[in-house]
Amino acid sequence: MASPADLAIELVGISKSFGAVQANKDIDLAVRRGTIHGIVGENGAGKSTLMSILYGFYQADAGAIRIGGQSTTIPDSQAAIRAGIGMVHQHFMLVEPFTVLENVVLGAEDGALLRPSLAKARAELTRLAREYELEVDPEAVVGELSVGLQQRVEILKALYRQADILILDEPTGVLTPSEADHLFRILGFLREQGKTVILITHKLREIMAITDEVSVMRRGEMVRTLVTAQTSPSEIAEAMVGRRVLLRVEKRPARPGATLLEVENLSLTDEKGVKRLKSVGFDVRAGEILGIAGVAGNGQSELLEVLAGYAPATSGAVRYKGQPLDLGSRTNADDRRDAGIGHVPEDRHRRGLVMPFAEWENSCFGYHREARLQGPMAMLNRDAIRALARIGIEKFDVRPPSCDLKTANFSGGNQQKIVLAREIERDPDVLLIGQPTRGVDIGAIEFIHQQIVALRDRGKAIILVSVELDEIQALSDRILVMFDGAVAGQRDASATNERDLGLLMAGIDPFAWGAA
Amino acid sequence: MKPALPRWADLVLIPALNLILAFLAAGLVVVFIGEDPVRAVRILIQGSLGSSYGIGYTLYFATTFVFTGLAVAIAFHASLFNIGGEGQAALGGLGVALVCLLVPWPHWTLALPVAILGAALFGGAWAFIPGYLQAKRGSHIVITTIMFNFIGSALIVYLLVNVLKVPGSMAPETANFAPGAFLPFMHEILGAVGIPMSRTPMNLSSLLAVIAAFLTWVLLWRTRLGYEIRAFGFSEPAAIYAGIDPVRITIVVMVMSGAMAGMMALNVVMGFQHRLVLDYVGGAGFVGIAVALMGRSHPVGVILASILFGILYQGGAELAFEMPAITREMIVVIQALVILFTGALENMVRGPVERAFLRRRTA
Repeated sequence: MASPADLAIELVGISKSFGAVQANKDIDLAVRRGTIHGIVGENGAGKSTLMSILYGFYQADAGAIRIGGQSTTIPDSQAAIRAGIGMVHQHFMLVEPFTVLENVVLGAEDGALLRPSLAKARAELTRLAREYELEVDPEAVVGELSVGLQQRVEILKALYRQADILILDEPTGVLTPSEADHLFRILGFLREQGKTVILITHKLREIMAITDEVSVMRRGEMVRTLVTAQTSPSEIAEAMVGRRVLLRVEKRPARPGATLLEVENLSLTDEKGVKRLKSVGFDVRAGEILGIAGVAGNGQSELLEVLAGYAPATSGAVRYKGQPLDLGSRTNADDRRDAGIGHVPEDRHRRGLVMPFAEWENSCFGYHREARLQGPMAMLNRDAIRALARIGIEKFDVRPPSCDLKTANFSGGNQQKIVLAREIERDPDVLLIGQPTRGVDIGAIEFIHQQIVALRDRGKAIILVSVELDEIQALSDRILVMFDGAVAGQRDASATNERDLGLLMAGIDPFAWGAA
Repeated sequence: MKPALPRWADLVLIPALNLILAFLAAGLVVVFIGEDPVRAVRILIQGSLGSSYGIGYTLYFATTFVFTGLAVAIAFHASLFNIGGEGQAALGGLGVALVCLLVPWPHWTLALPVAILGAALFGGAWAFIPGYLQAKRGSHIVITTIMFNFIGSALIVYLLVNVLKVPGSMAPETANFAPGAFLPFMHEILGAVGIPMSRTPMNLSSLLAVIAAFLTWVLLWRTRLGYEIRAFGFSEPAAIYAGIDPVRITIVVMVMSGAMAGMMALNVVMGFQHRLVLDYVGGAGFVGIAVALMGRSHPVGVILASILFGILYQGGAELAFEMPAITREMIVVIQALVILFTGALENMVRGPVERAFLRRRTA
């Protein structure tokens, strides 16, 4: 066992409850100085709560925090910063119209006049850039930087405040594989300089690639801490879920049938005049899964919205079973459903579900005009809707199995199952799926993937948009990569690899390169 | 996860605590001007609920507030803040007056259905324009509805002074309706079945208000349209995803809301004043906002809150009469305190109550 002085952070017996929900139960955690320590766990396992306690957002009900061997209380984030803790949030805390320099200095100014602080910061940034490969133009406006660079600014902010311990919350969710690699290189430099890094993630690949030790949380408890070099992804996954998990999706080769959807020259320019889609074209056939990969924000969302009938396209055509679809209005969603095109939207909280509704009310959301659900006098037939809701709950193993519970009270995975049950039970010929497992725990991911493959095997066409490359690779029969609103390339799923796809996601087609 | 209160605490305990706080604050005001707050409360309650006379007036006021409160509540469910009840009710009054004046009605039973249509049509039309502007042009409904209050007020002044006034009269009001267009008073109805009641303005409209509240509940929680309204109100992107046309919902909801506000004319114009008087709405449109807030936009809550405001109106009038130191303006201050505590400061009580419940649950 390491001596206390070797420990950057030691948490002893931390407990925290919100009402009846115990988010953290008697948690012990020891993070050794100069290491990268991973924390994994399913959604709701208590990772974020634990880190929020460490960063002063919440106060623990019980337990002690020791930083560098000293007992410390952290009443707010200012205290955390003073204790040498820096945090890079999943959603950046940056002022977009400000320059990099101004963002770094913000809240850490030396006096009422900005000029001396800025000068000091400029010198410091140059040093940090040299030491850690953290190059960013100090005068660039943050809003104009790429997501990867914005993240670098967040790290610089923490280092500028003399952080010795850096907490990163799901840092790679928004990055291309090469940007993620660069981030890991930066983290490696930080480790060499004796900094301590805590990495919260659900991607086991990253845990294996970069961490020294990994702590697994489950249902508010710290299950175990493993030395990364002595463990395996399946062991970690098992610890997270509490049972054996299939990390790979079992599926037979696709047997594609007739072409169901033909997309031609689809373009979309938004109100600000930004081209979101640029002459996108592809086909989807019955019985296949077409995966659409890409870093978030490269037109995948807009593509789904146009196909689903609630974003008008600027030009181009989409034919469904040979017939052109109306792309001119944002209120075509019900026509699409009538035609047999189902849609699991990317954002179930904002679009796919009405959170304050009871489960049964969401079980027919979008299909509430179906003749079988109508009662007398313009009323809905609540009994019919509930009966269908119960069938969906049973088939998709929604827990708790109650159709009267408010939707917001289900976990993320179960909410997603409610959406999937609704869409898949209508037996659509084409199903558009966006981010099927975002915010969904590993156990439910397995189930959701099986359902998607089963739908394909029933001869349906599926368009799958996901920013998780693993998911795209595991499920797709063909993969289309989008970059900057255009199709960067198409690949057969069996004939590509992560590196190839990663280059396409960055807008580089190695194949086209070689041919030219 | 946000801790949820039990339903009864949300619906009963918190409003009750708010009310007690409001009365304590109002009591301080009464003490401050050198009067006895306990006596003031006694007069308030006695004056509003102590006799069939008081009760009649209280419920007459409450009926008005039910209509304007439901109007605000319906719009709230679609996330639309209709503060134009004042103008919509004024126009509703015009609709009712025209129906009652233009046809020599032989009996109120014939006049009533047409008057309801008139009130709904005129009130609804006045809300249609802001609804259309919001849905199609993005003009914010709060701005447009309040502007339409002024436009409506000016329109009614013009009509009453130049068009509808009785020739030779000095008063800006229409001619009296023929008795065939009077709604029966409650004391007449009850008297007919042998229950004695003092003469008050309370009339058949009170029953209509209860029916309106029930139909509002059916609309919102039983019909497909209500389902779409609530979905739209919670999340517009979700509504669009579900194929619900936001333009249509916005306009339909605003028209229904305006129609409901217009119906208050049944109570005041057709049920009591029997002519259209200048500024007959008298702030009831704004009280509707407080009523809807306090009643949590639920029809039952709207009815209860309306009765409370009826008590404040009627009891307040008695109070001003019995305790001259408490002026009419003082009564408005007390009513304002109730609105402040039940509407604006609701979260002040909610936080501590939620924490108290959490402690009890975890203990």
